[in-house]
Amino acid sequence: MFTPLTVAVVVAALLLAAWCGFAAYRDQPVKDWHYMGVGAVLLLTLAQAGVSAVLMAGGERPADGGTVLFLSYLVSVPLCLPVVAIVSLGERTRWGSVTVAAGAVVLAALELRLNDVWEGGVGG
Amino acid sequence: MAEHPTATRGPDLRHGPGRLLVTLYGVFTVGAASRSLYQLSTRFDEAPLAYVLSAVAALVYAFITVCLVRGGEGARRVALVACAAELTGVLVVGTWTLADPSAFPDATVWSDYGLGYLFLPLVLPVTGLLWLRRSGGPAAA
Repeated sequence: MFTPLTVAVVVAALLLAAWCGFAAYRDQPVKDWHYMGVGAVLLLTLAQAGVSAVLMAGGERPADGGTVLFLSYLVSVPLCLPVVAIVSLGERTRWGSVTVAAGAVVLAALELRLNDVWEGGVGG
Repeated sequence: MAEHPTATRGPDLRHGPGRLLVTLYGVFTVGAASRSLYQLSTRFDEAPLAYVLSAVAALVYAFITVCLVRGGEGARRVALVACAAELTGVLVVGTWTLADPSAFPDATVWSDYGLGYLFLPLVLPVTGLLWLRRSGGPAAA
């Protein structure tokens, strides 16, 4: 897997989580600027899916026969933020901000799992 | 996340912190269910106990999610029981995996108290119990 991109996605997701967490701390809902941040992180995850697809088309495979698992994580990752973004649109309070922050943390965790599966480190 | 016109019925579990809980439970339901489906269908022989427990965890998560989304006093009580069961599950399985790792060749969602999932499996039921108690009707303080 393309490690710099993975690191970028994790860092961006954690920054987004901190940003939305700060909004929640200040008792604010998710605002347009936050949604642009969400969009930026989403683009990174889509880029990662694209890069991984290209790598796999070129013959590279996750270690240890984890291809199906890897693909399922790869598809789940870009779904995280749209789901929490939709929730936050319906929840115009600080709790919408906490939800987006939580989604971003889950996204970062999924990225680490994705990397594990590619390296063949952890089973399941 | 559909809105229901019956929102006034019983305690509303779908807004505010409840919304966050529903979202997290939803994520965990999908995560645990897909994980256990994959494991049960491809590698059941390797670690049957771990994979069956993952499937049970997924069912509990799905059940709680539905209860939280439905709202109402009945659903709140059932969700309380389910959250308590989930907390028991994560504590028992967490302790079990530490005491007897050989019973679990592969990890479950609840292994090591949910370490692999940022301890969310441990945090969620506690938060859920607190929120369900607080949003309760006559029983709440």
